Amino acid sequence: MIEQLPAIQLLLTLLAAPICSMLRNGDQSWRLATIVSWASVAIAGALLHQVWGGGNDISYHMGGWPPPWGIEVVVDELTAIVLLLVTLFGALVMTALRESLSTIMRHQRQSLYYTSFLLCMASLIGITLTGDAFNVFVFLEISSLATYTLIARGRDRRALTAAFRYLIMGTIGATFILIAIGFMYMLTGTLNMADLAERLPEHRDSRVLHASFAFFTVGIALKIALFPLHYWLPNAYTYAPKATTAFLAATATKVSLYVMIRFVFDVYGVEFSFQQMQLGTLLVPLSLAGILIASLTAIFQSDAKRLLAWSSVAQLGYMSLGVGLLNLNGLTASITHMFNHAMMKAGLFLALATMIYRVQSSQLTSLAGIGRTMPLTTGAFTVLGIGLIGVPFTAGFISKWYLITGALDKGWLPVAVLLIISSLMAIVYIGKMIDVMYFKPAPEEFSNVREAPMSMLIPCWIFALLTLYFGLDTRITAGLAGRVAANLLGAS
Amino acid sequence: MIVATVFIIVKLDRLMTAVMMMGFFSLLSSCIFMILDAVDVAFTEAAVGAGASTIFFLAALAIVGRTSKKRKKEKTLMPLAVVICTGAVLIYATFDMPYFGTADAPIHQHVAPRYLQESGDEVGPPNIVTSVLASYRGYDTFGEAGVVFTAFIGVLLLLGAGTRKSGLERPDPPNAKVESMRQKIVLREVADLLIAPVLIFSLYVQWHGDYGPGGGFQAGVIFASVIFLYALIYGIVPAQQLFPPRKLAYFPALGLLLYAAVGLASMAMGGNFLDYSVLMPDPHDGQHYGILIIELGIGITVAAVMINIFFSLSERSL
Repeated sequence: MIEQLPAIQLLLTLLAAPICSMLRNGDQSWRLATIVSWASVAIAGALLHQVWGGGNDISYHMGGWPPPWGIEVVVDELTAIVLLLVTLFGALVMTALRESLSTIMRHQRQSLYYTSFLLCMASLIGITLTGDAFNVFVFLEISSLATYTLIARGRDRRALTAAFRYLIMGTIGATFILIAIGFMYMLTGTLNMADLAERLPEHRDSRVLHASFAFFTVGIALKIALFPLHYWLPNAYTYAPKATTAFLAATATKVSLYVMIRFVFDVYGVEFSFQQMQLGTLLVPLSLAGILIASLTAIFQSDAKRLLAWSSVAQLGYMSLGVGLLNLNGLTASITHMFNHAMMKAGLFLALATMIYRVQSSQLTSLAGIGRTMPLTTGAFTVLGIGLIGVPFTAGFISKWYLITGALDKGWLPVAVLLIISSLMAIVYIGKMIDVMYFKPAPEEFSNVREAPMSMLIPCWIFALLTLYFGLDTRITAGLAGRVAANLLGAS
Repeated sequence: MIVATVFIIVKLDRLMTAVMMMGFFSLLSSCIFMILDAVDVAFTEAAVGAGASTIFFLAALAIVGRTSKKRKKEKTLMPLAVVICTGAVLIYATFDMPYFGTADAPIHQHVAPRYLQESGDEVGPPNIVTSVLASYRGYDTFGEAGVVFTAFIGVLLLLGAGTRKSGLERPDPPNAKVESMRQKIVLREVADLLIAPVLIFSLYVQWHGDYGPGGGFQAGVIFASVIFLYALIYGIVPAQQLFPPRKLAYFPALGLLLYAAVGLASMAMGGNFLDYSVLMPDPHDGQHYGILIIELGIGITVAAVMINIFFSLSERSL
């Protein structure tokens, strides 16, 4: 049973999806989806427990064929933490999803919506688990398709345009990744990641490998929404229906980042990626520009969802910057922030969705004074917002601390200064929202909105409390990230 | 010719003609696959690209109208530069590629030899493509079935088949284009001649994937395109009587679950997911039955998804 865990991890959600689609009753399928999501959390926890401490990675051979002939599923510490991220935050959002959807969708449609949600979750799990380059692409297709659907179901017609734009960008990204994988296969004759890593170094001067790397970088940057390839993200996040944004913001871009780390460090190899192809010199300036420009744009937004979406672009910049720094602290910061940001941004979007559930608008003007009518939700929002800024004793502080240390290790003082400036900008845009929520008078028509139902409030507060918890106890986040980073860098 | 076709597609204003050219494009690429000895891929491309997707495009056109609106000139310089760069990188890479068809190219050296030499003993089917697809990389194929299923859920969620009244419950639309096709004797006779043999052919492709090119994906598409033909000639209503949309909506899920059930069974028998060898006392039999059942699962999913999408598109246009 224990050795089957990796397969079960994927199958739970992937098989619940078709079953869900056959249930015509929205409530039933929600119940099934929620139970299954929480069961996946348990399995992710068990997997993390198994690989904890490093050195005892799990390898599972699909179909019983040993790699490189068959497809291998690999779980190491990095995989396990990303699995935990996807399942835990997915399950929390799923729990809150029913209330959120009940106002905008009929029952039968709801089952299909849960099906898409489960498929998206399953495919992200699949991407994370696999040790096979082509398999990444297969699950990437599922996740992309499911995401387009999730976004396009927004109440607004503009959601369709946003989804279509994402579809074009996402397809280009996926095709580029496929070309990159095809080139690698052409050089080595294998698709298994570990096998590729062994065989690629002898081709390091091949133009095919250079082109493969270029295609991969651009393709995955589109998927992560790295500046300046982020144009699909703000619209997609703004028009996606309510709680879905929370899930997408938490998981989709993070898993893409995970894929990038896997490929750049494990498959192409550190030496090739950073010394020969100079990925660092590309990532660092672009990330910095992304952080500053996106934070600045966020400050001037009047729509709360769009503001948070731009903040996501900025925060993704932190993560890619950490990768670009290429030292222990920088990479630790990336991986820690991947987890922490997923948690905080999912919480923020969820709290926002809870408010929108009551006031039916995400304009800042309609959210005015909501701190008095919905004190608990706003409280959670504030805690999470403070975490995002990076105030000490919150999770955000930990990752920023490592990032700045990483920059200083390199002796790049200006980078550290820019990071602090960007944190100040975060204070401005988060502060602006909190200010509106607490200190502006509520508009007439929203003066008597009630507090949100429990099924939405509790997940919001779990996110908020986790933010505080991971600000104090960093064994799971930074501790693990440190070991993983040392491993990735040492593998060169 | 492919390049010329693409240019024509981009330049055309009339969407109808563009769709026809797309079908032509697919047929050409399937010829290329054929020349490259990738018979299975050529098969799929011909069925999906030239057959099914052309019909989907036509059905979509019936909804949105035939001609595109003239638009203002947009900035074309930037996209053009990006496209040229991409092309340049691709060409740059080709200089170091191994020559086409050389035996010592790395792809023929590493994994492939085992597939070629031992799949007969390890898996069984003479068609090695099927062994690789269904057994060695069965997990990928499971994922692909998942992709088809996801696409189906997306269409269902956005277009909403089955939630509206199906064709049965509605009055016949007056002067619908599909209805008038019934009067065309030549079309009807040819279709009558074609439908039964093609149905049988799709079943042959389904069950014979072990020995010749074919398998669930191709069979599903061929099966579905017969239904399209039937629906185009006789109208959507009889086709929906044949396959009630409400019930049909269950089948994509069932096909996927059938595939997974094989995997789960092998897990229950003590093997890994999709390890067919443990299903039967003799590993060969296990592989054989396992592959047959998963191909059936794929066939069901693909056919049902195709027909469902066709119905929901045409319901929209009625």
